[in-house]
Amino acid sequence: MSRPVDSAVPRAAGGEAVEAAGPGAPARPFRVIGTRVAKLDAVEKVTGAVQYLPDLEVPGMVWGKILRTRVPHARIVRIDTSRAESLPGVLGVVTGRNVEQRPFGYARDHVALKGDVVRCIRDEVAAVAAETEEIAAEACRLIEVDYEELPAVFDPTEALRPEAPRIHPQFPGNRVNFAYTFTAGDVARAFREADLVVEGTYRLNYVTTACLGTMAAIAQWDPRGNLTMWSTTQIPFLYQKDLAEALGISGDRIRVLQPPVGGNFGRGLDLYPIDIIAALLARHVGRPVKIVFDREEEFVASPTREPCVFTLRTAARADGTLLARDARVLIDNGAYVSWGSTTPYVMMTTLAGFYRCPSIRFDTAIVYTNNVYSGSMRGYGNLESTFAIEAQMDELAERLGLDRVEIRRRNANRPGDVTPQGLRITSCGFTECLDAVARDIRRPVDRPLRPGWTRGIGYAGMFHVGGGARVYRSDGCGAIVKLDDFGKVTLITGASEIGQGSETVLAMIVAEELGVPFGRVEVVNNDTAVKPWDVGVHASRTTFIAGNAALLAARDVKAQLLRLAGSQLEEPAEGLDLEDGHVHVKAAPQRRIPYEKVVRAGHFREDGRILIGQAFYDPPTQMLDKDFRGNVSVTYAFAAQAALVEVEEATGKIEVLRVASAHDVGRALNPVGCEGQIEGGIHMGLGYCLTEELRLRDGRVLNPGFLDYKLLTAPDMPEILITLIETVDEAGPFGAKGLGEAGTIPISAAVANAVKDATGVRLTELPMTPERVYRALRARKG
Amino acid sequence: MDDDHRLELTVNGRRVRREVAGSRTLLEFLRGDLRLTGTNLSCDTGDCGACTVLVDGRPVTACLVLALDVEGRDVTTIEGLPGRWQTQSGARPPALHPVQQGFLEEGGAQCGFCTAGMIMAAAGLLEARPSPTEAEIRAGLEGNLCRCTGYVKIIRAVEVAAERMRRPREASA
Repeated sequence: MSRPVDSAVPRAAGGEAVEAAGPGAPARPFRVIGTRVAKLDAVEKVTGAVQYLPDLEVPGMVWGKILRTRVPHARIVRIDTSRAESLPGVLGVVTGRNVEQRPFGYARDHVALKGDVVRCIRDEVAAVAAETEEIAAEACRLIEVDYEELPAVFDPTEALRPEAPRIHPQFPGNRVNFAYTFTAGDVARAFREADLVVEGTYRLNYVTTACLGTMAAIAQWDPRGNLTMWSTTQIPFLYQKDLAEALGISGDRIRVLQPPVGGNFGRGLDLYPIDIIAALLARHVGRPVKIVFDREEEFVASPTREPCVFTLRTAARADGTLLARDARVLIDNGAYVSWGSTTPYVMMTTLAGFYRCPSIRFDTAIVYTNNVYSGSMRGYGNLESTFAIEAQMDELAERLGLDRVEIRRRNANRPGDVTPQGLRITSCGFTECLDAVARDIRRPVDRPLRPGWTRGIGYAGMFHVGGGARVYRSDGCGAIVKLDDFGKVTLITGASEIGQGSETVLAMIVAEELGVPFGRVEVVNNDTAVKPWDVGVHASRTTFIAGNAALLAARDVKAQLLRLAGSQLEEPAEGLDLEDGHVHVKAAPQRRIPYEKVVRAGHFREDGRILIGQAFYDPPTQMLDKDFRGNVSVTYAFAAQAALVEVEEATGKIEVLRVASAHDVGRALNPVGCEGQIEGGIHMGLGYCLTEELRLRDGRVLNPGFLDYKLLTAPDMPEILITLIETVDEAGPFGAKGLGEAGTIPISAAVANAVKDATGVRLTELPMTPERVYRALRARKG
Repeated sequence: MDDDHRLELTVNGRRVRREVAGSRTLLEFLRGDLRLTGTNLSCDTGDCGACTVLVDGRPVTACLVLALDVEGRDVTTIEGLPGRWQTQSGARPPALHPVQQGFLEEGGAQCGFCTAGMIMAAAGLLEARPSPTEAEIRAGLEGNLCRCTGYVKIIRAVEVAAERMRRPREASA
């Protein structure tokens, strides 16, 4: 039933309708869905008219600046802010000792301003509000802090030793008290009876979102004690609650505004000190306060992807059939708990769900250290598991004499499968994804192989949530669709736009369902005082969850509109439809009126009414139970990637020439948006694989800038060939599934497998820098 | 002491006269004094290209240049790029520069934070080299980082723009 849309062939922008097929085929051809639509905010962005948070000014606003610790683990003996406070232009200074605070964060294990003990180099000890950013920075330099240094530990293995310094007194042994242990089937027996067992240990690096726009906040209190926050958060409603708790006020006093943001990628999934400190400072000095991280601060003090050591064994039969996996993951949590420590939740789902594998054992140790702490980052947990699993799929194939694509095909998930955790696979185009990348990666290359270089191809697949993810008790999103006198359709959605283009796709869904031109739909999505509740933007959930909510709200308002039109046209509502912006009589299509006339009439007649549709979509899924079983997503997304690489023997340099990336997207609602997510995902995944690493020594970040933290540049990027496979999921809006993280997830595994193919050397540690590759090549030669 | 000095220059086709401190960067001057916030601050060390503007038609990272160093020069920011193109081509307002139009049609902007700098770098590239190869476009944008797009649609946008910019000239030749 799946149908590839070959995006490798460039197509004209706009207007090209995708022909409908499959079980989700609509009653009429699509007008909007499947066309290549420019983002709603594209004009603002290409003209510079867009106003990001740093561009905003509030009357009376002053600047805040945070002072951080000089040492990673210490007792604060004395803080003297008197010199800072007497600097002209300074309005006030807050420390952990002059403001009241409450614990916050995922595990409520820290406060924003550390009053007694600092535990990592990003720790906040004071903050200044001043008339200018420069004065605030100068005042920070005038604050005197005396530290009594404490023994510190930066390696998770060492942190587990009995004699290791204790980072939080309430957590003996430095163990984060989350246990992620899962077993299914008879693992011991499967390993005993297997024809082949492969094993390996994989070291995955500290990386960070490195958004072009840094974290920022503006806090403004009104005289009645209400707080307005301009924030870069991705979870406005949970943030409202968390921030209220941290400040000791009730959530209804906080209004959250979300201006356009310069990237997020998971960075805004938790509440972080910057927002609390902006609010504390603003209350302390009685003025609105703005804090914008500088670049160095962004590298030091925004959440990272968690580094981990992933040990995996895989058991298989001689024909390549998987029998069992046994994994243990050691995670460096850093000094406090944010989302980084919950990544095993996703690691486990991939380990126990990707490819058919009946027997599973999974265990973790999540360890406090004095390193900076990790949060969530695009595809979190899944990149790590996929890297380990896919390395071993190749090793199995090699040692069993099987083709590398064939072993993946034999073990591929299929519609109707239920994974050992109880995840129910419905639509699944994984085999088609494999076929597409196997085809594309072998297209001719118009470049001869250079002397001293070898060439190789690698494959990797991906399995991820595609229909929301119930990581909170709710996975819901609200939507309101309002029609006005002029035919403007306003979608007010709980979902958040973070540059990924979700508002555009939601507007497309509403236009399609209502039967109005796309250009008449606008989206309001950035103000908690206006928009309905949503759990946040994460887990590739917005197109699916917010899309279903928007679809249902559009359906609701359409039914109301047709009822109202029925009285005007003197026809039963069932006999009417809305298409091309006109309500018409189905039996006599020439009898039609523009829909705005129907709306207007509703406003001006006796017993009038307004037309507002609404919906709340919370998918029929379960949270994982205490045994980590449950169907967390309505449907699942699949992808395969293949990489063509060249490796220079003399230097260890890897060049990725081509990436083929095929994705089961359910349906490509806006193909240009789908491609953009995949291409950007590949960029981020390739950086993880080849160049990006937040280097820490004794808890200090050694490379807090773009010169030393290497994002791939335009000349570094390979040719990318994308295939969108449309399986038309029965539960997705117009058949769509989530896609936002998929491009990032398998690419490092595909490249590692290609390097193995090219050189015979297996790299097990990221990033695969020339030095690491060179050393591995040397070791092979002996 | 950081005294103020008189600065006169052209910004987006208009003469501007201001008193500025010697330490003030062109980026601070544009964003702070002139409130031209289309140019973004991202790294402040010249490593990311987000603050790229044109000085006498050539791309420059505004965070690395002191405002006083552009005395008497002609500065174009993203806000002034349509006007620059209209003057160059005779296109009528509100026509966008072909690079802006290319970004719009090809999906070159996602979060958009790099977009202004990227467009200015590309516009400068095409002024210097109207028919770049794909490799030359990539090389020309090497100093501009993007975290969202993988550069694919950005490169395509610049190719589309170059084609369009050549067309009227070829037609009139």
